[in-house]
Amino acid sequence: MKPAAFDYYAPTTVDDVMALLKRHGSDARLLAGGQTLLPMMNFRLAAPEVIIDLNRIPELAFIREAGGQVHIGAMTRQRALEFSPVIAKDLPLLHEAIKMVGHLPTRSRGTIGGSLANADSAAEIPMILQVLEGEVLVRGPDGERTIPAAELILDAMTTSLAESEMLAEVRFQVMPQGALFAVEEFSRRRGDFAIAAVAAMLVVKDGLCEKARIATAGVSSFSSRLRAAEEILEGRALDADAIRKAGEAAGASIEPVSDRNASEEYRRHLTRVLTTRVLNRAAESAKPH
Amino acid sequence: MAKSVEIHLKVNGKNHVGHCESRTLLADFLRDHLNLTGTHTGCEHGVCGVCTIFVNGEAVRSCIMLAAQANGAEIVTIEGLSTEGRYHAVQKAFHENHALQCGFCTPGMLATVIDFLKTNPSPTKPEVKEALSAVLCRCTGYQNIVKAVMEAAADMREGTVGASANV
Repeated sequence: MKPAAFDYYAPTTVDDVMALLKRHGSDARLLAGGQTLLPMMNFRLAAPEVIIDLNRIPELAFIREAGGQVHIGAMTRQRALEFSPVIAKDLPLLHEAIKMVGHLPTRSRGTIGGSLANADSAAEIPMILQVLEGEVLVRGPDGERTIPAAELILDAMTTSLAESEMLAEVRFQVMPQGALFAVEEFSRRRGDFAIAAVAAMLVVKDGLCEKARIATAGVSSFSSRLRAAEEILEGRALDADAIRKAGEAAGASIEPVSDRNASEEYRRHLTRVLTTRVLNRAAESAKPH
Repeated sequence: MAKSVEIHLKVNGKNHVGHCESRTLLADFLRDHLNLTGTHTGCEHGVCGVCTIFVNGEAVRSCIMLAAQANGAEIVTIEGLSTEGRYHAVQKAFHENHALQCGFCTPGMLATVIDFLKTNPSPTKPEVKEALSAVLCRCTGYQNIVKAVMEAAADMREGTVGASANV
């Protein structure tokens, strides 16, 4: 349960990271919070020759409001997101979901960028990026590019980032005023990997659902939008019938994985139940109390 | 850059300089290089939580952090929780409520609970249970631990027992 030997670098600027990535290529792994990579190294499921530690780069940790957007540095700790007034005000869905990420001591180290670049199928942050249609800013040898949520994760633990690139920043539109939202997760122990999770954001205008964004985590090999359920809701009133139909569509539309934690059928069931629950909670929150 | 690193860090108020391999885990550095064996290792892959310590004032799992990453950090382990022979409020509550049996997980429990109470000084029982889900205890059934945390929180709010200045 100890990592294999590696060369260790702790650069202090992004430019230095770029130079190290150029020199070491596929031998190198970037180390963010380390809450997944180090367990994998302890198990020797990962044995990189070179570790490039991003924890000494102050320019990668920030939360900024920027013209209707929130920009978050990749090395911003999950604990910092949990207590950020900007996140609570502008991205309340992320604020809710971040408390479900691991446990307190893993959130002290774990980062938003690390979670996205690692792309664990059960991770909550990729699900929230999908629901809020965020994007990531990537630094590479030829400068910067952005990748929208839908194009970031290709499969379990696989992203569209090139070997020479680094995820530098995560960007979200501020959630619309009065947007309805909820997130629900099922795991055996609070903080454990989600067997299934569903998050949703709904924009309702004049009694009709104008926009529905729903995504999963833990169900399939990577987080994906529940477009069939979204289509059922859009243009309709958020009544019991619409919510029931959306839940059924959610369960039917996914391609669940089957593993020792849960069968395919059980994950399908959970997706239907959690989608219904999330939509009910979101609809309830719209009613005056 | 070498596979060996030099590390300067402050542990429980004392400065240390050490050399280790870059792959050395912080938990192993504390135990094997500094002989601070109060920090325990259980699963060694960041699940059981018994290795939880304070790094720069925050509870972290020392089995999934490299010693090299702690260069320049201030660390508090179980050995540094009490001040001048007096228990930290949470230690005292654990002691009085029989919240440890074999004691193996206790160092991790204390670090986790102390950090939790810093941001939530008046927790509900469900909130305490959620926080405790970060550490596995195989003896106590958790009931006495929950009791101890609730009591420690009350003691700290009322100021009847001093919280340690160390963390």
